[in-house]
Amino acid sequence: MSDPAVQTPTIPGSPRGGLFSRVIGDKMALTSIIVFVLVLLSALLAPLLTSWDPSRADLDDVLAPAFGEHILGADGSGRDVLARLLYGGRMSLLGAFIALAVALLVGIPTGLIAGYYQKWFDSISSWSANLIMSMPGLIIVLAVISIIGPRMLSVMAVFGILLSPGVFRLTRNGVQSVRKELYIDAAKVSGVGDISIIARHVLGVVKAPLVIQAAMMAGIAIVLQAGLEFLGVGDSSTTSWGQMLNEAFLNIYVAPLMLIWPGVMIGITVGALAIFGTALRDAVQGTQSLPRARKTGSQEVLPAAIEVVDGALRDRDRRGTLLSVEGLRVGYPRADGDTSIVVDGVDLHINRGEVHGVVGESGSGKSQTAFSIMGLLPTGGRVLSGKIEFDGTEFDAGSAKFLTSIRGNRIGYIPQEPMSNLDPTFTLGSQLVEPMRRHLSLSRAAAKTRALELLDRVGIADPRRTFDAYPHEVSGGMAQRVLIAGAVSCDPELLIADEPTTALDVTVQAEVLDLLRSLQQERSMGVMLVTHNFGVVADLCDRVTVMQNGRVVEHGTVGDIFDAPQHPYTQMLLDSTLEGTPPRAPLATEDAR
Amino acid sequence: MIRFFLNRLISGVVLVFVVATLTFMLMSLSGGNPARNILGEGATEEQVAAKAAELGLNLPIFERYWNWLTSALTGDFGSSWFTNEPVMSSLANKFPVTLSIVIVAILVTALIATVLGVTAAVRRGWIDRFVQVFAVIGFALPNFWVALVLVTIFAVTLRLLPATGFTPFDTDPSKWALGLVLPVAALVTGTIASTAQQVRGATIDILERDFVRTLRSRGISKQSLLFKHVLRNAASPALTVLSLQFVGLLGGAVIIEKVFALPGIGSLAVNATTQGDLPQILGLVVVMVVLVVIVNLLIDLATGWLNPKARVA
Repeated sequence: MSDPAVQTPTIPGSPRGGLFSRVIGDKMALTSIIVFVLVLLSALLAPLLTSWDPSRADLDDVLAPAFGEHILGADGSGRDVLARLLYGGRMSLLGAFIALAVALLVGIPTGLIAGYYQKWFDSISSWSANLIMSMPGLIIVLAVISIIGPRMLSVMAVFGILLSPGVFRLTRNGVQSVRKELYIDAAKVSGVGDISIIARHVLGVVKAPLVIQAAMMAGIAIVLQAGLEFLGVGDSSTTSWGQMLNEAFLNIYVAPLMLIWPGVMIGITVGALAIFGTALRDAVQGTQSLPRARKTGSQEVLPAAIEVVDGALRDRDRRGTLLSVEGLRVGYPRADGDTSIVVDGVDLHINRGEVHGVVGESGSGKSQTAFSIMGLLPTGGRVLSGKIEFDGTEFDAGSAKFLTSIRGNRIGYIPQEPMSNLDPTFTLGSQLVEPMRRHLSLSRAAAKTRALELLDRVGIADPRRTFDAYPHEVSGGMAQRVLIAGAVSCDPELLIADEPTTALDVTVQAEVLDLLRSLQQERSMGVMLVTHNFGVVADLCDRVTVMQNGRVVEHGTVGDIFDAPQHPYTQMLLDSTLEGTPPRAPLATEDAR
Repeated sequence: MIRFFLNRLISGVVLVFVVATLTFMLMSLSGGNPARNILGEGATEEQVAAKAAELGLNLPIFERYWNWLTSALTGDFGSSWFTNEPVMSSLANKFPVTLSIVIVAILVTALIATVLGVTAAVRRGWIDRFVQVFAVIGFALPNFWVALVLVTIFAVTLRLLPATGFTPFDTDPSKWALGLVLPVAALVTGTIASTAQQVRGATIDILERDFVRTLRSRGISKQSLLFKHVLRNAASPALTVLSLQFVGLLGGAVIIEKVFALPGIGSLAVNATTQGDLPQILGLVVVMVVLVVIVNLLIDLATGWLNPKARVA
């Protein structure tokens, strides 16, 4: 009924290294395994560890104190507590093992079939899984006990069925995510049978999440079994932690400490399982890569940035400078305590009313530079050093105070991917209105009027309808227009556009570029246009900064860079862009006239 | 939205029907002689036969099922085989106790887990580590054991709070509240721990979304960003967790009630289970599943209200 997807651990993309080695490598996971194995051994080797019979009652020993003849004392019937703890572990662990085995035996095959072959089997099994998941577990188990009696191991087998939907969903979703991968097709084409594809490729992907899920389920099963026995619906002739709690409860006023031992054993065992699951999940998810980066200290010698600037622009008028970045360095902490430098001493100057392209391949640090200017680096990212001067105010590149006062107000931002950059739970209109009310102190009605005008301005056919629409109700091109409207809504002096057309269809790209150009001219904004596309640069920009590996390698006017790129990297970028297209040679055409 | 809701409603009804049918069939086919169990070893064969006829046990199973189903649809679940009390009236007596514990527990869970989870996600640092450690502890300690420890400390040793008993809300609200403190506290340690962990995860996930960066680039206030945009987006996964917690709390309450000797459905369920009291168990199961279905529907409605995209699904 409800969607329990949040419960299930996520499927990792492509796990590096074996599951086993990752577990051993993780201190937490290793410790929890050792603890669990100790509990397991203490239960298995109970006869070696104590000479007492867990079920031999001796009236002389009723509630005997600890550290006497009985190391942990004796219970209300005069039975040795330590012996009952050790032997009791057998029942509790066996019950959990049975529940787990049933859950896996039911969940994995059905999940594999449903995910791999899909169609009707998938619909039926998914529906049943949802059904089972929304059953009140304990009441169902109680009903089962009333049918089959207090046979705890059989009851735990039935509980395994109630747990199986978790396994089913995990397996099915994992299989679905890999079966579309190319290597599965490749295996099919080369004549590998379905069964060996499943065994070799598919199970490998769901292995880690399943181990995590299994640890959690074993813990749940131990707690449930103890709960049932505590309730008194278990088999009172067996020795188990739950039974011990049940009997301790009868003596709660006389010997409250009797409750401690079985509780501690359950806590340690389930806790070890939980820590193991959590540590493993962190280890699996920890392989997510940070932004591509160089290691600190790798002092490859790069030629100094080459400046190709014609005379008019060389004597930069300080009053004309809108944004000036000097010596910006940005780093991300790495797992080994070191720092990855993604932006390494970048200088950037953008004049008022100038469209300044920042070009480079992905990973060159151009987006990271843009985010640092706005103080919006992703989690973990940090400005290590650098000065930023915005409209005459100089501040540390890392300081948040000044940035918060100018964000949205004097700096507008257009992101790359339109859909993911709009809050899905609010209407487009309300997302436009909120910043305007804050920065321009407009009333709700005035802000709405202005938002409608803006929507009209950015070329949206029916502003009213778009104003009331949610992000998922409009196309990507429209969403990008709305984001552009939002970026310019408070008349910023600087617009930072991060690959504003990359995610759009080719036809829409041209329209959006036209829109950007006309808005820029109309409001004479300075624009920092981050792109990897020299076509866009040629179209819109006045000047260009070329970046590689977090450094500026060349900057100058568009004409100079296109005509006479100095740096080999720029030449390479230009060659790769212009390959196969007629060479852009404005001078040559002039000559031909 | 209406179609989505109807869909959920229909699967809910099917769930109730399937669970009730399965329970009825399995219990009826599991053998044994209920009439003999009710009357005890001393009864004569004639008495047993008469009892079986009285309960309709001599009828074919499908006829018995049909009879049960048709009267159940009118709200009549028959009478307990052992106490002769109508199932509906015993449930009506006991359910308010269990429900008050569960509802208070789920509200407390929602409140504290949201505060803890969001703070951990935003502030990180020690509170983040606390939430993660707490999640393991809350998972590892059975709630009834926590209840036993709480009773030993606060009721038996310190005598601060009542150890047992339940005061109905309309008799004395303050006594009602005092009596709920320990049971609710025992129940919510586990649910807060796991819900806070989920809320933390959902909040971190939302905080790293692109639209949050874009909203920040627009210069909206921190409060608005967190309480309006992030919380609303994180709410749907959190609500899903809460609906699962509700199902767990129903079971947890049954066990907890034993510790505090609360007159809820716990003792009813245990007695009916050990005796094999078919009408009583069926009544319990049906009411429980109906309750779960209703809660899930409410959560679905809330999710749809919070997240416009879910309305289309």
